[in-house]
Amino acid sequence: MYTYDELDRTLINERVEEFRDQVKRRLSGELTEDEFKMLRLQNGVYLQLHAYMFRVAIPYGTLSSAQLRRLAHVARRYDRGYGHFTTRQNIQFNWIKLAELPDALSDLAEVGIHAMQTSGNNTRNVTSDQWAGVAPGEIEDPRIWSELLRQYTTLHPEFSFLPRKFKFAITASAHDRAAIKVHDIGLRLHKNAAGETGFEVLVGGGLGRTPFIGKTIKPFVHGHDLLSYVEAILRVYNQYGRRDNIYKARIKILVHELGIEKFAAEVEDEWQQMRGTALTVDDAVIEDIRSRFTYPAYEKLPHLPEELKKAAHDPHFERWRKNSTFTHKVQGYAIVTLSLKPVGGPPGDATAEQMDAVADLADKYSFGEIRVGHEQNLALPHVARRDLPALWKALDAIGLATPNVNLVSDIIACPGLDYCSLANARSIPIAQELTRRFANHDTAELIGRLHINISGCINACGHHHVGHIGILGVEKNGEEFYQITIGGRADEDAEVGTLIGPAVPYGDVADVIEDIVEAYLALRERPDELFVDAVKRLGVEPFRERVYATR
Amino acid sequence: MTSPLQQKIKITGPSIVTANRTWDGAVIYRTAAQGWSTDLSDSAVVRSADEARALLAESVADDVGAVGPYIAPVEIKESGKIRPGNLREHIRLQGVTIDLPVPA
Repeated sequence: MYTYDELDRTLINERVEEFRDQVKRRLSGELTEDEFKMLRLQNGVYLQLHAYMFRVAIPYGTLSSAQLRRLAHVARRYDRGYGHFTTRQNIQFNWIKLAELPDALSDLAEVGIHAMQTSGNNTRNVTSDQWAGVAPGEIEDPRIWSELLRQYTTLHPEFSFLPRKFKFAITASAHDRAAIKVHDIGLRLHKNAAGETGFEVLVGGGLGRTPFIGKTIKPFVHGHDLLSYVEAILRVYNQYGRRDNIYKARIKILVHELGIEKFAAEVEDEWQQMRGTALTVDDAVIEDIRSRFTYPAYEKLPHLPEELKKAAHDPHFERWRKNSTFTHKVQGYAIVTLSLKPVGGPPGDATAEQMDAVADLADKYSFGEIRVGHEQNLALPHVARRDLPALWKALDAIGLATPNVNLVSDIIACPGLDYCSLANARSIPIAQELTRRFANHDTAELIGRLHINISGCINACGHHHVGHIGILGVEKNGEEFYQITIGGRADEDAEVGTLIGPAVPYGDVADVIEDIVEAYLALRERPDELFVDAVKRLGVEPFRERVYATR
Repeated sequence: MTSPLQQKIKITGPSIVTANRTWDGAVIYRTAAQGWSTDLSDSAVVRSADEARALLAESVADDVGAVGPYIAPVEIKESGKIRPGNLREHIRLQGVTIDLPVPA
């Protein structure tokens, strides 16, 4: 966990009071909506179909149990008793009243949570690997650098009015769980030949209506130079990024239009002017941040405790253990993913009761810490393996032990037309139907790892471009239709999926996905050839034929 | 940003003006009495671009009461009942099409 210092606490509290005054002036008519809109967006407040939506940041996906309980409190007191975890380590509340928002923010501020820069044309919540600090083989905890960037970019005047929103993601593991290649700036911690720690810097990734995979702009930037290099990128973007056309305003368009070589040369020129100046990060700064992260006092525990041996006789437990628990860097401990994808449920939603219960379980079994992943699931990062049977029973009792992590029903979905004012089509009912179709755990395990991502419009909040199967809702003559892509992925081998053919109507989507999965099962070379690898080997044609032969 | 009043207004059938209420974001409809109602049946229905422009203009003028007014299509049933003209407006009127995680 990271503990805010006095400066942070003061900043958050002052921000609440500032926003309270802005809301008051808006409700009295002193501020027009045109004047107020940017102010509310910079505090995470959107207006959706039915109500205001309030997006709260969970920086680098780390929450304390006290913070999760407070989110539950906000859900219960100011909303309708639940929240929605998003693809960028935020939580959204869908039914907040503007008049009550300052009180909600004030309650959150008491536990160090805020909504600053969760919207607007500024640098957004810095995201990271939800297994940061506990993943085996990690270079170092990427949250230290995430926190440095959070401090640096928060309310930075030069980055508060960018041409468009700007998103960072950081990973320190070989396997990318933070989707860094589809972010404006992606950072991969690694060591150079001299053994120094630094970053591969990627730029210009993003989804939306024009998806691009990020390109490496510099293979190695020393940690001391991180801020100056990032600032150089942002300055070039700020200078040349298009402000005349919202659809061409993201840095990915600038990188694409200039070409990565020219863009890199511009950044290099800028960087050389500021390198080695006040933006150099000295070791003391990093050590100060590092010292504010607290790490558990792990016990020396056996890898295979008696409790686990006994519980292995229960097939339900074993199924869950094999699916939802992962190797921890410390022997005797496990990382546990809590699926927020129950059969028939809206992906990523958690009730206030579930949040409170998870907070209690985190206190009991995970040193009071919870993580949020971009796949819209939660994780308990420090669970002793001896406690897994007891934890499983407790999670099962609150509906959070569905053993479908990384399987076909572990679906990423945006809120879609049920909530969102930008959406053209619904996402959640499609996801719900698919989870029912693939509810059989044996079938899901037979299929193996398969990520389905659903977006209700081209803005791609559901990351459909990088789903192994992507589903994009579009509107045709007042009806909901869905385009299907296959072969996308968001990891270290990130790719944008390929469209398989004409959009299909709402009622056909689940049948089409079943057809694609059946084709895969028939075509795969061996049981462990993943869907996405089979698509890479075969191309989309066999899947296209299967789907459209009878349609 | 282009003001709603500067946008070209084209309607193909009966239409209303809808928005969200400022203090809580609730869905509201412009009434013939130059007010707002959460009940679609209270809506002022317009049938020409000029009427729509005028209704939108007075709606936009009430910046304190409503956010983001716009023209939306409706259907008028034989009984005279006003129904939303597209799926988006159906959802705004009737709520989400799924069961909420916590029943209201």
